Amino acid sequence: MDLRYSEAEERFRSELRAWLADVVPRLGPKVSALDWPARRVYDTTFQRMLYDAGYAGIDWPVEGGGRAASPVEHLIYLEELERAHAPYVGVNFVGLLHAGPTIVVEGTPEQRARFLPPILRGDEVWCQGFSEPGAGSDLASLRTKAVRDGDEYIVTGSKIWTSHAEVADYCELLVRTGDEDSRHRGITWLAMPMDRPGIDFRPLKTIAGSTEFGELFLDGVRVPVANRMGDENDGWRVTMVTLSFERGTAFVSEVLQSMEFLRELRALAQRTGAWSAGDVRRRMGHLGAELDALWALARRNVSQAARTSVPGVGGSVYKLGLSEIRQRIGEFGMDLIDGAGLSWDELDGLDGRGPIGNAELVNTWVHGFSRTIAAGTSQIQRNIIAERILGLPKG
Amino acid sequence: MDFELSEDEAALADGIRSLCAGRFPLERLRAAEDGDGLLDTEAWSELAEAGVFSLQVPEAAGGVGLGMAAAAVVFEELGRALVPGPLLATHLAAGLPGSVTVDGAADGKTVVGAVRRPPSTGTGVFVPTLVAHFSSLGVLLVVGDDGITAVDPADIDAVRIRRPLDPLTPLWRVDHLPKGRLIAGPEQARQWRRSQSVLGGALLVGLATANLEMAVAYAKQREQFGKPIGSFQAVKHMCADMLVAAETARAAVHAAAVTIDQPGVGDPDRAAAGAALLAAEAAIKNGKTSIQVHGGMGFTWEVPAHLYLMRARVLGEAIGPIDELAELVAEIY
Repeated sequence: MDLRYSEAEERFRSELRAWLADVVPRLGPKVSALDWPARRVYDTTFQRMLYDAGYAGIDWPVEGGGRAASPVEHLIYLEELERAHAPYVGVNFVGLLHAGPTIVVEGTPEQRARFLPPILRGDEVWCQGFSEPGAGSDLASLRTKAVRDGDEYIVTGSKIWTSHAEVADYCELLVRTGDEDSRHRGITWLAMPMDRPGIDFRPLKTIAGSTEFGELFLDGVRVPVANRMGDENDGWRVTMVTLSFERGTAFVSEVLQSMEFLRELRALAQRTGAWSAGDVRRRMGHLGAELDALWALARRNVSQAARTSVPGVGGSVYKLGLSEIRQRIGEFGMDLIDGAGLSWDELDGLDGRGPIGNAELVNTWVHGFSRTIAAGTSQIQRNIIAERILGLPKG
Repeated sequence: MDFELSEDEAALADGIRSLCAGRFPLERLRAAEDGDGLLDTEAWSELAEAGVFSLQVPEAAGGVGLGMAAAAVVFEELGRALVPGPLLATHLAAGLPGSVTVDGAADGKTVVGAVRRPPSTGTGVFVPTLVAHFSSLGVLLVVGDDGITAVDPADIDAVRIRRPLDPLTPLWRVDHLPKGRLIAGPEQARQWRRSQSVLGGALLVGLATANLEMAVAYAKQREQFGKPIGSFQAVKHMCADMLVAAETARAAVHAAAVTIDQPGVGDPDRAAAGAALLAAEAAIKNGKTSIQVHGGMGFTWEVPAHLYLMRARVLGEAIGPIDELAELVAEIY
């Protein structure tokens, strides 16, 4: 076991660190989380900077236009971005982390040439149309139908939990092309242009009062057959291919972010006097120890991926642990500010006001509830761990 | 950076695992429950021959010359096999760099015990201390913030506890600890506690893993309603949570060990305290959950789940109160 970085890795780190120190201040202030058009501009501007500096598609293979960094370099990349408070993928997340990697592996040369460069340059933004109102954890039961009509598919149905659809150019869409009961054998992957007639997007209001995702209603939307990735009815396999890109780096930034947030909570507690209570300090110690352990686990997962180039199931262990601790950190923050946590408005001058304001603490707490649901619920993660790691029989 | 076990480390783990399987099979350990419960000195010598105590002693001093990471790998296996005895103190007193050296510890001739210096009541009267494996000890070390003292067991009045919580860890009650001879200062005492956290954590991870494996094996084989109970999500999720607890603690213990071996990769005090805390919690949680997964059988003496849980309590006491570890992490963070 070795936690030291090689000379080459340290060089990669220091070059990246110097570059970030130069460009991040030029990005200007962060924009409102609720202003999607502004977020698109902000996130894609940074993506273009990454592209020009040769960092775009850090983990993508060279033939896809990426940098083909090793899993360890990818980890360093995420660590440095977090350290510099640089934006992470933002609105580019579907393009960079899902659709792009799928096209790299499954696309024809024409499709790769058409779709990949605009993703890497930040010119085109993608959204995701996978889940449906009736197909959540059981994705293979999706029902949005695509019927072939000449060189087009006519798509009808609805998708849900689609993020930033209002600013997206393309949607990676899973549709039913087989018969109703064909499940994973009758699914097809399409790149749907978002400017087609028949697409209606209705944002959903979250419990945080924000609009982060919504429902896509598709009514006879025409998608060129040329936009199909892989064969008809082979979309499930095509989608799973994306998972093989996973190198243990998913959600790694979040653990580092949480460490910093926890230190801010300590500063807040010290300011309000709550720190003099032993149980407050011990709670912080537990959370800190768990975050350190998750960071160790992340490095273990990355090391495993670097050795085997096959994604391990360790990702589920990490995701489960991280989701739950983020919730508990949110609760800790709320408990530290007592009554100030009843207000989304910033309460300047009250005791809740410290290094972090009450609004951020409320927001962190409320968003915590999405952690154990999004990207595979904690219950699904436990099933994966029990069945795939421990070998317990399927229910 | 490669945070997987190296080939040598994996081979070391395999070696200790087979040694434990051959020398400390569970049936044999359990047979001792009905005996006098005293340390098997022959088995102790075999552990010494295998290098368990001299692992971190420099080669020039006749040791194996490995580091804390290798020791963590070994101690995890010892915990998994429920190997009894004052493994931690004897290993730490064997003469690893920066620590104290008790003659005969490395080769198993002197069994070394350790207790935390009991808090003084202010009147010179100490609250009773429980000392494990007292009758086998060649020396007892008393570890306090200001240093480590060595006490000759012959100078101590000790009364054997008739029923210790862990049947394989016999205990003696000591009401008065003689002053002893000061053998190390505050810095070495701090380092002792740090190393003890890491290797105690490794033993605890082994215990947590053993109960996980036991519970999963039972859940696969035990049938109710015509199916293995492991196919029910309520049981499955308990098992998954046990794995998360064990693997997270394991990563933390390994990281803490490597942080001690490789200065500069992190804060060793923070890493060690956090790892010990998580490992103690994982071993206790997994003990509790394993008993639950075993159902009524889990509450019987026959199923060994409880033995690993009680040992976790013994080790949890040895590495110090969890509350103190948590405060230490919070302070350094």
